[in-house]
Amino acid sequence: MGRRTLARGAASIVGAGCTEFSRRAGRTELQLACESISAALDDADLAAADVDGIVSYTVDPVEETELVRSVGFEEVNFSARIPYGGGGSVGVLQHAAAAVASGAAEVVVAYRAIRARSGASRFGSAKTAPSPTSGHSGTTAMQWCMPFGVLTPASWMALNSVRYMHEFGVESADFGRAVVQLREYAATNPAAWGFQNPITLDEHQESRWIVEPCIHLLDCCQETDGSVALVITGSQRAADLPHTPVRIGTASTAGLFEQEIASDHYRPDLSVMDGTMALGRRLFEDAGFSRDDIDVALIYDAFSPILLMQLEGLGFCGFGEAKDFIADGSLALDGSLPTNTNGGLIGEGYIHGLNLVLEAVRQLRGTAVNQVADARTAVISASRTGAILTLD
Amino acid sequence: MAADAPTRPSPTVTDDSAVFWDAAAEGRLVAQRCAGCGRLRHPPRPMCPACSSLEVEIAELSGQGTLYSYAILHHPQHPAFEYPVIAALVDLEEGIRLLSCLTDVSKDDVRIGMPVHAHFVPTADGPLIPVFRPTEDS
Repeated sequence: MGRRTLARGAASIVGAGCTEFSRRAGRTELQLACESISAALDDADLAAADVDGIVSYTVDPVEETELVRSVGFEEVNFSARIPYGGGGSVGVLQHAAAAVASGAAEVVVAYRAIRARSGASRFGSAKTAPSPTSGHSGTTAMQWCMPFGVLTPASWMALNSVRYMHEFGVESADFGRAVVQLREYAATNPAAWGFQNPITLDEHQESRWIVEPCIHLLDCCQETDGSVALVITGSQRAADLPHTPVRIGTASTAGLFEQEIASDHYRPDLSVMDGTMALGRRLFEDAGFSRDDIDVALIYDAFSPILLMQLEGLGFCGFGEAKDFIADGSLALDGSLPTNTNGGLIGEGYIHGLNLVLEAVRQLRGTAVNQVADARTAVISASRTGAILTLD
Repeated sequence: MAADAPTRPSPTVTDDSAVFWDAAAEGRLVAQRCAGCGRLRHPPRPMCPACSSLEVEIAELSGQGTLYSYAILHHPQHPAFEYPVIAALVDLEEGIRLLSCLTDVSKDDVRIGMPVHAHFVPTADGPLIPVFRPTEDS
């Protein structure tokens, strides 16, 4: 008997909403969340009073009680928060779908509101404030990094990236070719930070080092202010709502022994993302989907090296082969696996991963700015949480 | 404060992590060893994941290891550190991995697999912490 997986297609995404993505929202995370949730409910043709479940990230600053009394939810019967920072971003779909499938809730709102750029502390800044535990984001281990000057997400992830480069002969330009593709997508996306601003590989290579020899400035996502919200309900009810339901074909989490999140430094072989290998096994083999059925991929790209490593971990190419897969144009609209068609977190902006779910919904609805023809099935990976969305 | 006084922040010590930092403060590199099954573990934690024992011994470590990975940190810069910081993952000969940083080496001479060994440097509030330098004549 195979491993247990979420009931296939039991829940669907029926509404999606967002604010603008900017560098200075000029309003609180609570207001941003209210705006995106309200937009998502309008999109679903549902009312606040229909909502009985709410899901977000442990690190989201918006309190449920404040959200309820602002948006006007009448009775919340289920709420959950997902740990693992951005690595948990797709986990909101797993929890929402599980709540719907179990009967714990009928209509669930999933949201993330963030002021990563203009908030009290820029997301990527060098911080030494004591934080032995950190909101259950999976970064308790930061205490083991801070005294040594390892203070930022880029520095935590770089230790894995350098081992990856060493093991497989990957070079900075290999990451750069992925970034050029992401920025090409972003250039035609009016919502993107990189709108009308594509880059060349030379510009990538000439941008300053953040972490040598793996992360140039242009390998980094952009700290962003904004919010994304999604509305999830049972697929039966979804059929009566205005949009074609985007079914949650499967959604899963894979966390391995001693695996951390950005600070994943203790697994034996850091040249592979073995947590993502486990995630891929759960999404494809266990849930009965084929990689050949994927029309579009959305892959968490806070920094470009983890995009390549996830492509390999998910099984879209062999280990060490993502650089060739990308050089062959696979990530482009006419490639074998159009990927991060909104520009990704690097090109569009960093709503902590939830804007990748938004893009998956738009692709399957046929409303993306860089639309994949006849897209029917999408995979979303945030390295340790992921989902397959489908129209079938 | 003297211009050359150490500025790097002292570790944040919790009840679970004190075993490591308290020894380091005295210039000793240690790890927890499970009193039930003998397994070494780092970072420290209350229970052995192999046998569920709550009993621990303190194992003194040699400080000898090899460089598993590194990262040369240029930006953003924090005033407590000198840049570039060379962050390091060191696989110790006893079989556990430590995150630390390298000293006494040019960034261009850093190689994965190079032998390194621990020495101790002071932090702003006084306690020593273990950092690594290349082992000579390796």
